[in-house]
Amino acid sequence: MSSVAHLPQDPLPIGRRRAQRTLGGQIVAWLRANLFASVTSSIMTLLLLFVLGKACIALWQWGIANAVWIVSGNDTSACRALRGVGACWAVIPEKYRFILFGTYPFSEQWRPALAVLIFIALFVVSSRRSFWRKELFLLWVVALIAIGCLMWGGFLGMSFVTQDRWGGLPVTLILATFGLAFGFPLGILVALGRRSKLPAIRSLCVLYVELIRGVPLISLLFMASVMFPLFMPDGVNIDKLLRAQIAFILYAGAYLAEVVRGGLQAVPRGQYEAADALGLSYWEKNALIVLPQAIRHVIPPLVNTFIAFFKDTSLVLIIGIFDLLTTAKTAIVDPAWQAFSVEVYVFVGVIYFVFCFAMSRYSRGLEAQRAHG
Amino acid sequence: MTTSTPKRPPARPWRLSLSDPRVAGLFWQILVVAIAVAVVAWLWSNAVHNLSVRRISTGFAFLGREAGMPIADSWIDYTPKNTYLRAFIVGVVNTLRVAVIGIVLATVIGTLVGIARLSSNWLLARLAAVYVEVLRDLPLLLQLLFWYVLMQGLPAARQAWKPVDGVYLSNRGLVLPSVPLHEANDWTLVALAAGVIVFLIVRRRLIAQQMLDGKARPAWPYALGLIIALPALVSWLLGASWSVMLPELRGFNFVGGLTLAPEYFALLIALVTYTSAFIAEIVRSGIQAVPRGQSDAAKALGLKRSFVLQHIVLPQALRVIIPPMTSQYLNLTKNSSLAVAVGYQDIVSIANTTLNQTGQAIESIALIMMVFLTISLGISLFMNWYNARIALVER
Repeated sequence: MSSVAHLPQDPLPIGRRRAQRTLGGQIVAWLRANLFASVTSSIMTLLLLFVLGKACIALWQWGIANAVWIVSGNDTSACRALRGVGACWAVIPEKYRFILFGTYPFSEQWRPALAVLIFIALFVVSSRRSFWRKELFLLWVVALIAIGCLMWGGFLGMSFVTQDRWGGLPVTLILATFGLAFGFPLGILVALGRRSKLPAIRSLCVLYVELIRGVPLISLLFMASVMFPLFMPDGVNIDKLLRAQIAFILYAGAYLAEVVRGGLQAVPRGQYEAADALGLSYWEKNALIVLPQAIRHVIPPLVNTFIAFFKDTSLVLIIGIFDLLTTAKTAIVDPAWQAFSVEVYVFVGVIYFVFCFAMSRYSRGLEAQRAHG
Repeated sequence: MTTSTPKRPPARPWRLSLSDPRVAGLFWQILVVAIAVAVVAWLWSNAVHNLSVRRISTGFAFLGREAGMPIADSWIDYTPKNTYLRAFIVGVVNTLRVAVIGIVLATVIGTLVGIARLSSNWLLARLAAVYVEVLRDLPLLLQLLFWYVLMQGLPAARQAWKPVDGVYLSNRGLVLPSVPLHEANDWTLVALAAGVIVFLIVRRRLIAQQMLDGKARPAWPYALGLIIALPALVSWLLGASWSVMLPELRGFNFVGGLTLAPEYFALLIALVTYTSAFIAEIVRSGIQAVPRGQSDAAKALGLKRSFVLQHIVLPQALRVIIPPMTSQYLNLTKNSSLAVAVGYQDIVSIANTTLNQTGQAIESIALIMMVFLTISLGISLFMNWYNARIALVER
């Protein structure tokens, strides 16, 4: 802001200045400044209002006024009669248990539900600055083990449930969270390796990062699902979910390594030299001096990478793992409900949006905090 | 030599101990490389064993065999009787077709939305912000499936939705009028391209001459001659016909015109809208990164508004915009591989079918990776060249 901006830019005539004191006058002044500032702006506003109004009315009629909210049993004739005119939200109460938890045994579905709650609590706790201490690491270990115990079961009267029956939101959260939990340390190691003075280690790290970032995630997932078994010795058979998880960890590692490297580059040389002068070893120097500063620098881009990564877990649909998107797509295979996929996608979209929007809001908050010092 | 440069410390003798940084460095490198080589060798020996058990021969010989896979949407001649190699080429062309057009459209829409976000019109700015926020926070695959479902829900070809004459939108996709291209048309287009290139060279020389003597030389006569008159002359001499062919409904489908299959159209919409949201943010931050003083100063000099935008603000904004834009282009290209989810036959989809038909998993995935690495490298090289061209020339 230049200093000129503090002066009244456009001294108003007395009459209008008086009019601005009332609430109505203020509203008029705001409209005049923000919506009808010039002829082009006014035309634009009217045009947008027209289009927006039409869209809102159409959405209202489809989504609320003409929608069918509940049907008895699998009788969707009421929905089909209104096809294209009104939404069939009845598909959600009918299918939400399958969409959220997949084929997990119906009576035991409180377990994945509890796992999802633990995940959310873990994210909320990790986002608070006051919890950024060593104990947080311990908390993650405990929480992830607890989630594993809940999902598998097999003790305390909980029946054992194999991974191929897991599905829905817990699988999405497991893929994303475990991918990050293991991909992040990997990314840090690779970022350090890429900045190492040792040529062999540096080129290995460059090769890994560029190879993973140069190809689409789908080809990595194909590798995990088709090629991986070929590379294992006889008799070793790793579960499909775990193979996809490994692919995700490698994928996350490469992308996070680039973000961390950006942070490492932002740490002034003097910090490295001071650490060397104190006689710290390579690992002490990085763990105590360099990395804490580097990672603090890149928290907003890290959160953005987390968002991208969370969205990317939906790609497992292509190799047939039952995450949230796959269960949604499978839910509407049922002939009675086949025609109502838009409603189901909207429902799933809202879930994805809530998670991503919360993260992006958080990242923007951090950026604003840093901008204010 | 060493004695003449006093700054360099005398070389210390090597000690065989990990406390000597040189020995330690060598030790760790050898260790890491040895582990990497051992892991790769182990995986490879397993693979060789497994392949011999399953009687799959390695190598790319299968590329010469008959593919027998139908490809619905292809720009080059292809029948299932052709070889796998030909099928792969069709896949590459399909990938490039969606990626190149997607990049162009996403750049245009993203730039418009990015500028709209900075508009002084509150409503327009808010709408642009909502567009960006919603599209960025939903998985691309979900958006793709959503568009595809909407596409399938469109009326049949007989009741096609017709916004303008000759444009039909139905569950058969989007049908547009087209100009059938013959040899004469091709040569005209070649003449047009040549004219544009020659004009750019001429204009460069004109500007260089203006730099020397300060006299402005108009470029428009050259533009008229090279870009308009030359192609028109070629077209007239060769007798090219430019009549537009309108698509017609015959039976259950359209004849003539250019058809964008629903799979292609859904993929294109999903990629363009999703990427444009990211590009909008890049453009916005790029424009905001140019200090206000720059445009204020230019205006104070009495320069025209369009001149200020073109010669003062945009060149500075571009320097901030280009590097993140490159990674968005790369993302769009890689994301085009989601085509496999809606059945558009791009390179990934064709490689996947090949893999299922022949069992050549390693070769098929290697081909996918090679194609994408090549495309990525191409885009990176081009954008780096462009970036270097517009970079700040410092003293």
